[in-house]
Amino acid sequence: MTALEIRDLDVWFGHAHDRVDAVKGANLSVMQGESFGLVGESGSGKSTILRAITGLAPQWSGTIEVEGQTLSGAKRDRAFFRTVQMVFQDPYASLHPRHTVDQVLSETLHLHGLDNIDKRVAGLLDDVGLGQRFRFRYPHQLSGGQRQRVAIARALAGEPDILLLDEPTSALDVSVQAEVLNLLADLRTKHGLTYLMVSHDLPVIAHMCDQLAVMRNGEIVEVMSSATLRMGNPRHEYSQELLRASVAPQ
Amino acid sequence: MSLLDIEDLWVRFPTRQGVFDAVRGVSFSLGRERLGIVGESGSGKSMTGRAILRLIRKPGIVEASHVNLEGRDLLKLSEREMREVRGKQISMVMQDPKFSLNPVVTVGEQLMEAYLQHNSGSKSRARKMAIEMLENVSIRDAERVMRAYPHEVSGGMGQRIMIAMMLIPNPKILIADEPTSALDVSVQRQVLNIMDGLVKERGMGLIFISHDLNLVSEFCDRVLIMYSGRIVEVCEANKLHQAQHPYTQGLLNSLPRLDDKRTHLSVLTRDPSWSNAPSVRG
Ligand SMILES: Nc1ncnc2c1ncn2[C@@H]1O[C@H](COP(=O)(O)OP(=O)(O)OP(=O)(O)O)[C@@H](O)[C@H]1O
Ligand SMILES: Nc1ncnc2c1ncn2[C@@H]1O[C@H](COP(=O)(O)OP(=O)(O)OP(=O)(O)O)[C@@H](O)[C@H]1O
Ligand SMILES: [Mg+2]
Ligand SMILES: [Mg+2]
Repeated sequence: MTALEIRDLDVWFGHAHDRVDAVKGANLSVMQGESFGLVGESGSGKSTILRAITGLAPQWSGTIEVEGQTLSGAKRDRAFFRTVQMVFQDPYASLHPRHTVDQVLSETLHLHGLDNIDKRVAGLLDDVGLGQRFRFRYPHQLSGGQRQRVAIARALAGEPDILLLDEPTSALDVSVQAEVLNLLADLRTKHGLTYLMVSHDLPVIAHMCDQLAVMRNGEIVEVMSSATLRMGNPRHEYSQELLRASVAPQ
Repeated sequence: MSLLDIEDLWVRFPTRQGVFDAVRGVSFSLGRERLGIVGESGSGKSMTGRAILRLIRKPGIVEASHVNLEGRDLLKLSEREMREVRGKQISMVMQDPKFSLNPVVTVGEQLMEAYLQHNSGSKSRARKMAIEMLENVSIRDAERVMRAYPHEVSGGMGQRIMIAMMLIPNPKILIADEPTSALDVSVQRQVLNIMDGLVKERGMGLIFISHDLNLVSEFCDRVLIMYSGRIVEVCEANKLHQAQHPYTQGLLNSLPRLDDKRTHLSVLTRDPSWSNAPSVRG
């Protein structure tokens, strides 16, 4: 089954001479249980694709289908958010500054109509490797990486089918990144989750994803398998440039 | 002579569970070089950077034998003198770029204002310079970005705008906290080249805080490796891959690699002795 299907997607911001065509004619298709990567130039429209799916970029045309349901406009109902959750690029902006970790997670669980909240909060914190010590802290008392783990815990709270991950580990150190990537990989296997994941880190994408799309200037210039990337065989010139610029470990 | 000399730096936070020491007796000096600071999340990298500029929020406390900028102890300056230092001598690119831009003022106005603060000249000159600065950090349509508000630019664009902004005063020292973590690898290179140029041509000192060990190894001269508020190892950047400390080796091993496919990445097994060992001088 196709979990996520995008056809001829255009997304734009603003009007007239300030109009920005952030995404132009994008096509991609992600099967259920698959993990699909988006890489490419900064400002090329990667986050915008995720935002259009979740209703955060209201001006778009084309087709977006989630588990066979066609989306329209920018309104997304509760059922949509039980299916699709997003982890944002910026862990600083995405947490409410005056809510403790406990409040953030309890409220989310509550909104999803789940019971056993106390136990679930504890479970989520363990899942993302934070532990109970952090439960009553405020965002400003956490490091960047710790905040991102809270954001991932929040996205997992409603047990979604599809996770949209916008640079989920670019604020994390490499060891926590490994933990989070392992966690995401395990959760995907265990629950048959589907991921659409943005990252600028090619090794991370190759590790996590079956397929990936390379974006530049609003367009998808190439879709390839991770195996192709690993073998150093992308076709498009820009994909090759990205691969060359990717810092090689010694 | 070194630009910056730090001796026995502590950052402490009183919390409900008692005092938490985020930085525990760190000593290092910085010359006209590219000094990398790596280490896991929460190890005290950002707090070290912020403490130098005395930007630790209350109730946090900064203590040190000294934090000397060309022989002058920053901890002894008044808040007014400190503002002068922050504006002119030491710039810091914060880890949370959009957070440090004013959300209700356009990018262009903020850049122009920063330019006029440090240079005399007309508004149209400031505008021209602002556009040039954006182009220097590889922003495609600089004219449009000038009119944009911070929430209207992408993550990586926000980072580059902050870098452009921080370089305006022509600082002696730039503290860059994860300055390229949201950039694609190709733009990342361009931004690194700009910073590199400033170190080589103007003799700027750069403190480069990053999670990206490969990047730091390639780009910096020296690296401090931090763990639990202390420096556990110091090495030449190009020898980072031969680092001795098991923590550093653990960090290196946890990286995914294009040439090595595996189902699980190795994660760090922490040893309590790492946090008890005295801080190494950097
Ligand atoms: N709310 C908005 N209003 C106007 N323009 C916007 C808005 N959000 C994004 N844009 C523009 O859309 C383009 C694509 O942005 P997007 O955030 O999708 O890039 P990205 O590929 O995620 O980049 P990065 O890797 O730097 O995060 C950029 O030129 C950006 O300035
Ligand atoms: N206001 C505060 N109260 C209590 N603890 C704090 C406060 N601010 C920061 N800390 C703690 O200080 C430690 C060091 O934080 P710092 O931001 O320096 O980490 P870092 O090495 O920059 O991590 P990252 O790579 O995730 O950005 C962390 O454990 C953090 O939780
Ligand atoms: Mg983005
Ligand atoms: Mg930090």
